Amino acid sequence: MFSIALLMALQTVPADAAPAPHAMPGEEPVAAYAPSNANAGARAFAGDGMAKAFGGQAGIRRIVDTFVNRNFADPVIGEIFANHDQVRLRRTIFEQFCFILNAGCDYSGRDMRNAHKDMGVQQADMNRIVENLQFAMAAEGVSFAAQNRFLSKLAPMRGQVVER
Amino acid sequence: MPAFMRRTTQIATILGATVALLPASAHAQDMRHGGKLVLTNGISTIEGASGGGLTPWATIAGNSTKDGIGVQASATVAEVEDYDFRSASIAIGIFDRVEVSYARQMLDTNWVGGALGLGNDYKLDQDVFGLKVKLFGDMVYGPSALPAVAIGAQHKKNLDGAVVRAVGGRHAEGTDFYASATKLFLSHSVLASVTGRLTKANQNGLLGFGGDKSDAYDFHLEGTLAYQISRKFAVGGEYRSKPDKLGIAREDDWYDLFAAYALNRNLTATLAYADLGSVATVPEQRGVLFQLQAGF
Ligand code: HEM
Repeated sequence: MFSIALLMALQTVPADAAPAPHAMPGEEPVAAYAPSNANAGARAFAGDGMAKAFGGQAGIRRIVDTFVNRNFADPVIGEIFANHDQVRLRRTIFEQFCFILNAGCDYSGRDMRNAHKDMGVQQADMNRIVENLQFAMAAEGVSFAAQNRFLSKLAPMRGQVVER
Repeated sequence: MPAFMRRTTQIATILGATVALLPASAHAQDMRHGGKLVLTNGISTIEGASGGGLTPWATIAGNSTKDGIGVQASATVAEVEDYDFRSASIAIGIFDRVEVSYARQMLDTNWVGGALGLGNDYKLDQDVFGLKVKLFGDMVYGPSALPAVAIGAQHKKNLDGAVVRAVGGRHAEGTDFYASATKLFLSHSVLASVTGRLTKANQNGLLGFGGDKSDAYDFHLEGTLAYQISRKFAVGGEYRSKPDKLGIAREDDWYDLFAAYALNRNLTATLAYADLGSVATVPEQRGVLFQLQAGF
């Protein structure tokens, strides 16, 4: 049974698109790239203050779940997320947040320019995603000052994400 | 409706019609209405530009981003010791780049008008036409060391020329030129804005432009420092240095402490304690300023 599933999986994956490192079961393959923490787009915070403010890895995971759920269900930006690999996104966003917050993870995803290429993201979409993240962080009880501190790491990535 | 409100409404209608026509431009396919983060359009200054209450910021009025056209309007009431001040304003923000604004200001002199020989409750009125262009940078995004930077001009038309001459003012009209840099430092939840202004205005222009002491442009610094308590709530202070060109009435710098709260995406209420110093011979003009601002 297991071997049949494995065989089918091998058949559907083209030979030149080997699964990316760290890829979890259920993820779709992506074009090859070199994984590195530098792809996260920001340096990690020093110390464990921010990781604590976000409730450690467990808190970050809950925040990422709320955040990703909200983005997919969003009446304004949901359309952009539709048909993208939700399993992979949940993992890579968690890794990115966990890495930046210095909560003990490495980031294995693509860099921000590559991940958002040709997506047509506008400034209003960026603001919308920030609001969804603010909602998710507030729901986890992260103080507003710590929320803003985290956003200060993401805000400079705008140019890699928003087109034009 | 008082004349001052009627005039504002007329101008608002004209500006509104202009907005309705603009989307027919080349940007039409990508035009998007709204989408700014709450509070990032600032409130409205008493001169109509978006910013703090007393000093403009390098923001563009209204809730639209670079993909749309937004509008903001405000009504401000300030009750200081011996004067009542009112202003109403409307501003259009085009592609988060250009801001066109209009404000009508009114200063009720109460008993001071009588003492100055104008008659009790004499009201000074002024029109302020503003233009602001954001040159580069961003208040929220991009490198934290790169603020939004804008330049602007405010053409002011005092409607009481006789009073202006009587107090020693040289002109009833004048134009201020300014440059502003504004940044929200997210890592500290602090917003800082600095404006440099070239002006000849006496008490914002309500006492005319230039005076017996000098008729030259002066350079003055203004600024806002604010702390963002939540997505919807910010507190802070402002400072505005001012010229002193009239022999009969010393003019002081302005200060305020404010709290601004976004009631929702479209309405922001601001309460401030303002210290305007000496105004038209009467010292210690302190009091409360309240503004309701609507942004779309
Ligand atoms: C600074 C802001 C942002 C950050 C830090 C961020 C982070 C990420 C990360 C880590 C990934 C996964 C990369 C990978 O799969 O290797 C990703 C993918 C994605 N992001 Fe963002 N993102 C941001 C803004 C946005 C915005 C504004 C949108 C749209 C409204 C968006 C939509 C997406 C989508 C749809 C994907 C999936 C791409 C795919 O399946 O190929 N992101 N983002």
